[in-house]
Amino acid sequence: MNIHTIATHLNQLQDATETGFNFDCTPIDGDIDVLQVEIIGREEIPIFLSVSDNQILCIAYLWGEDEVKADLKANMIEAMLEMNIPMPLSSFAKVEDKYVVFGALSINSSLDDIELEIVTLSDNSLEVISEMDTYLK
Amino acid sequence: MSIFKKIITAVRGGAREAGEAVVDANATRIFEQEIRDSEKHITIAKRDLTEVMAKQMQAARELAQLQTSIKEHEGYALQALEQGNEALAIEIAEKIGELESNLADQQQANESYLKSADRLKELIKKSERQLTDYKRQLSMVKTTDSVQKATSAITDNFSASNSKLLSAKDSLERIKQKQANFDDKLKAAEQLESESGDSSLKAKLQEAGIGAQQSSAQSILDRLKTK
Repeated sequence: MNIHTIATHLNQLQDATETGFNFDCTPIDGDIDVLQVEIIGREEIPIFLSVSDNQILCIAYLWGEDEVKADLKANMIEAMLEMNIPMPLSSFAKVEDKYVVFGALSINSSLDDIELEIVTLSDNSLEVISEMDTYLK
Repeated sequence: MSIFKKIITAVRGGAREAGEAVVDANATRIFEQEIRDSEKHITIAKRDLTEVMAKQMQAARELAQLQTSIKEHEGYALQALEQGNEALAIEIAEKIGELESNLADQQQANESYLKSADRLKELIKKSERQLTDYKRQLSMVKTTDSVQKATSAITDNFSASNSKLLSAKDSLERIKQKQANFDDKLKAAEQLESESGDSSLKAKLQEAGIGAQQSSAQSILDRLKTK
């Protein structure tokens, strides 16, 4: 599995989509291959997908440290830990100064599984932002 | 220091230069070499184990043969004694002594093969656990590295395209707005369809009694009567 196979699959889905969404994928240049997946209508929160030796990582960036109300940070982190298991397919994490939700899939996942992962991750990130906005400036 | 600790320290330190990896590439290569070496050792140990087990089976077979042979000769010795042939009986007894000494040797060999096999099995299990652990740790290093590289690619891409990173709340607001616009458009389209569409014209014609009329029971009866 590589990002180009995934991009080709998602871009050509149109009406054949399993999830009811359309996608716009753009590979990003860099040290490793990263695919930026935009769900049509939700372009503001893209999903970034990278493929390594043994897994496929999908990441959605939620907000930066600078957007968090400093006095509520501990509460926010606790809420994230508590929500980690109930939240389907995705988990909370932090990359540098950004809070993220991510999902890791086996390298042997089917393209349908990947599509489902991306859409679920997107749903989760929208829900997280809307439910956790009390912690944000 | 464990890999886990190393990653935590490196990530939390935050003082890394741009492009500096959590665990340098050379260390990763050494680690990969260690994994390949362990895999090789396990293969060799498994081959050794097969050989030892084969030898042990052979020893067990010989042991059984010797035991049967001893029993046989004991029978012969008794027969010779019954015939009063003391000389022959002594000769047979000497043979039995020889066989018993062989038996002791084989027993020892058999036990030592069994012990070696157990030791090798334990060693293989231990090495396999170690290997799984090495692989898990390497995967942690590689994933940390690839997430960092991905993040820097994403960040570069944002600054290159001059797109302003929206705050989470603004992004959500825009997405909701788009969804609302879409829903409104859908509703408007439906309304338009029902107002100006075919269906509304037909209804009006029907009402005015123009065009094809629905046949009522009365009209069918009237038609029949005129025949």
